[in-house]
Amino acid sequence: MNKIAKMVLTLTVLGLISGFALSMVSNYTDPLIKQNKQEALREAVYYVVQPTESYQEETEKGKVIYEAYNSSDELIGYAFTASGGGYQGTIRLMVGVGPNLKQIKGIQILESSETPGLGGKIRGKPFKSQFRGLQVEREVGLVKSAEAGKGEIQAITGATISSRAVVNIINKGLDQVRSILGEGE
Amino acid sequence: MKVNEMIKDFVKGIWKENPVFVQVLGMCPTLAVTTSLINGLSMGLATTFVLVASGLAISALRKLIPDQVRIASFMIIISSFVTVVKLLFEAHIPEISSQLGPYLPLIVTNCIILGRQEAFASKEPVGRSLLDSLGMGVGFIFALVVLGSVRELFYQGTIGGFELLGSWYKSMVIMVQPAGAFISLSLLVALFHKLSGSE
Repeated sequence: MNKIAKMVLTLTVLGLISGFALSMVSNYTDPLIKQNKQEALREAVYYVVQPTESYQEETEKGKVIYEAYNSSDELIGYAFTASGGGYQGTIRLMVGVGPNLKQIKGIQILESSETPGLGGKIRGKPFKSQFRGLQVEREVGLVKSAEAGKGEIQAITGATISSRAVVNIINKGLDQVRSILGEGE
Repeated sequence: MKVNEMIKDFVKGIWKENPVFVQVLGMCPTLAVTTSLINGLSMGLATTFVLVASGLAISALRKLIPDQVRIASFMIIISSFVTVVKLLFEAHIPEISSQLGPYLPLIVTNCIILGRQEAFASKEPVGRSLLDSLGMGVGFIFALVVLGSVRELFYQGTIGGFELLGSWYKSMVIMVQPAGAFISLSLLVALFHKLSGSE
């Protein structure tokens, strides 16, 4: 067998074996990965709108909105995902709002690659808890060093860009959801 | 094969030819993911799996692979195992997988792996290759765990999540950032060479 034929044959056989093996593995892992993502989404809804007992997924005008219900089946709020650019890469959030769309119930970071130790602190409790029960007439405001007033939150020291990004993403998402649900301002 | 040689094949990767502290290979994951012990450990384990699996495969196939396409063949084999690891991590430990981010699939480009295939597995029998890659893997894990622990300790006063320094400790943000990685790695390399008595 000449050299070229042997080279071609080797790479072809290796490629075939590898492709076959990988499709077997991915057949096995795909449902698990999907389930993990679903699980993460579910936990986020329960976290941002408390105390959620059950929720329903509704798609309105192409936007997925989760309607959250408490233990006596009353609508206690909505949750939705929103994303946008951060300081490094994309930030994806789950945002929970009250039924009148004028109060933020809570937020959760689904995805972010902000600098660890600085922008990464948007994942931390002190930052996220600022949004719990925040009254928002029009949009969330951001202050740098002053005390946060009504409808405002305080930026993380040394991570103004990341904090600003989170606030902007929430405002944009809130706008969209308000116009879809046709309530609020 | 004599027991002496077997031990030598295995141990050299941990100490005398440690991939991180002596050969200074695989710097990208070493610097990027060692922000905590658990991250360093999982990166080390994932890399070791790929190292051992591809070492075995390549050493077993070494007589069948023509010289001219050996690097391409190695890459097919290595990247297949990396994809397997990535999928398994995402399926079973999604938390850690999202912590490691792009560095998990980037094991493909880890030069320790290609280096061992080229320098060892493609020339030696399966048994020796297994010991060699296991040794190198353990050496890599050792380095990442030490580095991860040091950085985690100085950043938040914990190692592996256990609080070692009390609440009086003021966290050093620089330790989880790239600069902290370079500083701690260089100090560790210096310390390693001091301990092992080399120049």
